[in-house]
Amino acid sequence: MVAAAAPSARALNEGSDLRIVEVSKHFPTPDNPQGRTHALDRVSLSVGAAELVSLIGPSGCGKSTLLRLIAGLNVPDAGELWVGSQPITAPSAERGLVFQDPNLFPWLTVRRNIEAGLMARGVLDEKRDEVQDFMRLVGLESFARAYPHHLSGGMAQRVALARALINHPKVLLLDEPLGALDAFTRMRMQDEVLTLWEARGTTMLLVTHDIDEAIYMSARIVIMTPRPGRIEQIIEVGLPRPRQRNSPEFLRLRGNILEMLHFTGRPLSAEGGGRRAE
Amino acid sequence: MNTSSVQIKEPVSLAVPTEDPNHLALPAEAAGAAGAADVRMRVGKLLAVPVTSALALAVHGWVSRNEPSVDPRFYTIFLGGTFAIGLLAALGQVTWPGLRRWMNHMCPILAGALGLLILWEVITSGFRWLPLPYFPSPAGVLQSMVTDRNLLVESTANSLLLLLSGYLLGVAVALVTGICIGWYPLARYWGMPLLKVIGPIPATAWVPLAMVLSPSGRFSAIGLVALAVWFPVSMLTISGVANTRASYLDVARTLGANQKYLILHVAIPAAMPNIFIGLFMGLGTSFLTLIVAETVGVKSGLGWYVGWAQGWAEYGKVYGALVIMAAFFSTIMTGLFKIRDRVLVWQKGTIKW
Repeated sequence: MVAAAAPSARALNEGSDLRIVEVSKHFPTPDNPQGRTHALDRVSLSVGAAELVSLIGPSGCGKSTLLRLIAGLNVPDAGELWVGSQPITAPSAERGLVFQDPNLFPWLTVRRNIEAGLMARGVLDEKRDEVQDFMRLVGLESFARAYPHHLSGGMAQRVALARALINHPKVLLLDEPLGALDAFTRMRMQDEVLTLWEARGTTMLLVTHDIDEAIYMSARIVIMTPRPGRIEQIIEVGLPRPRQRNSPEFLRLRGNILEMLHFTGRPLSAEGGGRRAE
Repeated sequence: MNTSSVQIKEPVSLAVPTEDPNHLALPAEAAGAAGAADVRMRVGKLLAVPVTSALALAVHGWVSRNEPSVDPRFYTIFLGGTFAIGLLAALGQVTWPGLRRWMNHMCPILAGALGLLILWEVITSGFRWLPLPYFPSPAGVLQSMVTDRNLLVESTANSLLLLLSGYLLGVAVALVTGICIGWYPLARYWGMPLLKVIGPIPATAWVPLAMVLSPSGRFSAIGLVALAVWFPVSMLTISGVANTRASYLDVARTLGANQKYLILHVAIPAAMPNIFIGLFMGLGTSFLTLIVAETVGVKSGLGWYVGWAQGWAEYGKVYGALVIMAAFFSTIMTGLFKIRDRVLVWQKGTIKW
């Protein structure tokens, strides 16, 4: 099951493969109780252990729904989800989730936020030493006693990453984790996430709106379409790492994806380039 | 337009740095004043309490010459005490920066309080504008408080006991009710209507029932105070727990949290700001209920003392009890604020109230 693009030197191999088999999910339409929104329609996807896969597509294509199903926060109407040989039935510490909003617990200090996962599993006492390691890993040792509202967006997102990683998840689900950051912080954080990924070998699934981010980071890019949410295409990135954001191959791939998403240029008529989703 | 605003500004900044305590009510304008003015300002502030005390003593001496019937001793001692303490503090702040900061903040307001005493005395014993048995002078009130101190201390202790046991009982029950109703849909279905029907009845309306039901007045007073606290604290706990941000719960679940962790470590801390609003509201209603319950049922406590003193037309004692109530309730309120600041330290800088 192990896919391509596994980096050469890994310290750890925590990741596990992920299989999504013919998964469908409906939601009731908010304004019409009889109506149903087809969030996902028979979606199948296999992600190898330690693979980093991006999901892109316009709003409403079911990217976040798919992530919530993998996290176990929602249950599919049909189909199966597997991590390794285990079916997904409920949320678990082996599938970490990081949102666009860091969602740090505001009543806990940075250190306690990072400890939260250990505490929730009741293993804080035996694994307390690791907390320091993870704070160092994300470069926040000097902020241990700060409360979240004192942190900048980038720092808060680093805490959120550390909080998810301290449980050594087999799969890390990233729902536009860098979407709220400014462009420079975002590029730096992309490198940090890649460093974490290479060091730990965690399987990562990244939902993003940013095509550059998807190309820069992932081994494969899954392009989804809305209504009903389906996988339209899967693109192998195949560029050597570390990737150059302005290399011709990078830009060519970017152009291809834009074309697939119908964003090649401003349409002259209203019919021209498909709807621009916010 | 510009010149006119400058002209307005000028006299204000000149008026502030005087040593006359009457001008100390304008400390805000002094913030931008120059260094020399600042020092004079501070001297004025530091001496405000002894100066006002001396003024009050002078007024008292003038007034009690017309009024030999009131024994002036205690009030004179009190004002002498504030004079001495004020003077000592003004000297002590030279070596104690913490005291200086406190005095810088508190002296104007304390001097203002003393000024009110002067006004009170002038109106009552000075000009006798108010009918006497009902409106004694501050000296008369202090006199009554000191002579009746044993009963007052006992009443205060009794009130404190009733209030604290009632309040804590009410809060404990309310937290359990609130968390259950806020978290479990079944508890919400059955509990919410009950709360909505019973809760809004003022606790004091239960007095007749409480007197029938409970073996002792003391017990019924505790029950009534608890009931008064229960409703607001439950309501706000429910809204706090039920409105826990879904994403906090989602994150906690993906971190491996079980139900117990979600309630204890996510929903309750998330609800804490709301719970504290309920605690403050409950404290207000508990004061009210306590005094009413003591007046009608229990034969002790400050509420009872007020009624009893009024029965004997001893209005000095009535006001004495009111003074103690004010000090007593505001101390408890301050204590709750301190607890709030400790518990909600994570909100510091984000929320002000």
